Parts: sequence; structure tokens; C-alpha cells
Amino acid sequence: MIGEWLIGILILLGAIVCVISVFGLIRLPDVYLRSHAATKSATMGVLLILFGGFLYFWAFENHISIKLLLGIVFVFITSPVAGHLNGRAAYRSGVSLWKGSVQDDLKTERKRMEQKDSGKSG
Amino acid sequence: MKTNDVILKSVTRVAAVIISTFSIYLFMNGHHNPGGGFIGGLSTASAIVLLFLSFGIEKVRENIRVDFKKLAAVGVLIALGTGMAGVVFGQPFLTQAFGYYDLPIFGNTELASALIFDTGVALAVIGTAVNIILSISEDR
Repeated sequence: MIGEWLIGILILLGAIVCVISVFGLIRLPDVYLRSHAATKSATMGVLLILFGGFLYFWAFENHISIKLLLGIVFVFITSPVAGHLNGRAAYRSGVSLWKGSVQDDLKTERKRMEQKDSGKSG
Repeated sequence: MKTNDVILKSVTRVAAVIISTFSIYLFMNGHHNPGGGFIGGLSTASAIVLLFLSFGIEKVRENIRVDFKKLAAVGVLIALGTGMAGVVFGQPFLTQAFGYYDLPIFGNTELASALIFDTGVALAVIGTAVNIILSISEDR
């Protein structure tokens, strides 16, 4: 009985976190903030839903699904990396930051590296 | 400026192992569960393409020394060979046989000649998919 409630709460919580992630995608101003919202909370929502499904099959079908566990591990590993690569590709192709941003350490670092490179060649 | 791919490369090392294991699982389970030669081969090919994406084509070609055109041809030949085996034993073309055997580790196992046909399908799919990716990615 308490298991049903636990599974229901897990899956509902996962769905709610996914919806919050979508609100972040719509309302946040630039690529990096959107990527922040999409990567973290979508990963969390998917993990919660998958874990709820895993618990359901374990409790009611008496079947420990290794595929769901593997899916949890795989999404947990790969989804943040996809977010990282998206953000980096956006930065390299020159997407500007939101106008309210106050700090851009990567810009100064890249300028420093370019000066070092040109100093080496020149 | 030189790019730094440490995160992508180290995650690829883990993810390629997981994808390959899961594709072997899909391949072996094709007889009784969803799976089989086609998606087993496709997911293996996706693991290889992931390696190509993160490590570069030359480095992966040095380590996986397989000619994927020949791999596709060998797969088609294996599939054709299991079809011809039915003809050799006096049955119609593509007749499949199965039986139960006591293997040392696995216990009572069902072995079917459809698995060999699936091996041929998987090799043909791996060879074709990777070969398409390789030939559209080359600069001429």
C-alpha cells in the first residue's frame, strides 16, 4: 500500500520536474540559461520516472529490470555531457550572453590563449 | 585554438562499453524478446559512430582494423549460407532448426540456427551503417 503511494509520488514528482524544466526553456532569456534549465531538471525528471517504473516492476510484477537500471545510469552519465557540449558549441559559434550577465571568464581566458599563440608564432 | 575534449572522451569511454553490452544483449535476446539482428547491429554501429565522433576517424580506424565493406559482404554470405544449409539437408531454402543442449556453463540452452542468420544480418547492418557514415564524412 505504501509502495503504491511511493511509486505514484516518484512518477508524479518526475513529471512535475519535467514540466518545470519546460517552463525554464520557455521563460529564460539566453541559450546558456536555457541549457541550464533543460539539462539539470530534465535529467532529474527522467531519472525519477525511470526509478518509479523500476520500483513498480519490482514490487508488482516481481521483476528486477536491469534495463531500467542501465537506462538510469546511462541518462545520468550522458545527459549533462550533452548539455555541456551544446553550451560549448553555442559559445564557440558566437552566441552572446544575456545582457544582464556580469562575468565572462572564458572570454578573457580565450583572449589570453590567443595572445600566447600569436606570441609563439610571431 | 586547440579544443579540449576531455569530458566528451572520458564519457565516451564509459558510454561505448554500455552501448556495446546492451547491443549484444539485444542481439542475443532476439528469439524470445524484442531485439534481434537488425537493432543489435544498429546499436553496435551507433557505438562505433560515437567513437568516431569523439576520438576522430583515423585513431579509431587504427584500433578497429576492420574493413566495413568486407564486413557487410561477410554478413550477407553468412545469412545466405544458413539458407543454403537447409537445402543441403533436403529441406526448403531458409529452413531453420533448433534444439536443446546441455552446455557446460549455461545449463540447458536452446540453440537455434536462426541465431547464425541473425549474426549475418547484424554484420551486414554494422558494415552498411558504418560504411555510409564513413563515406559521407570524408573530405575530398
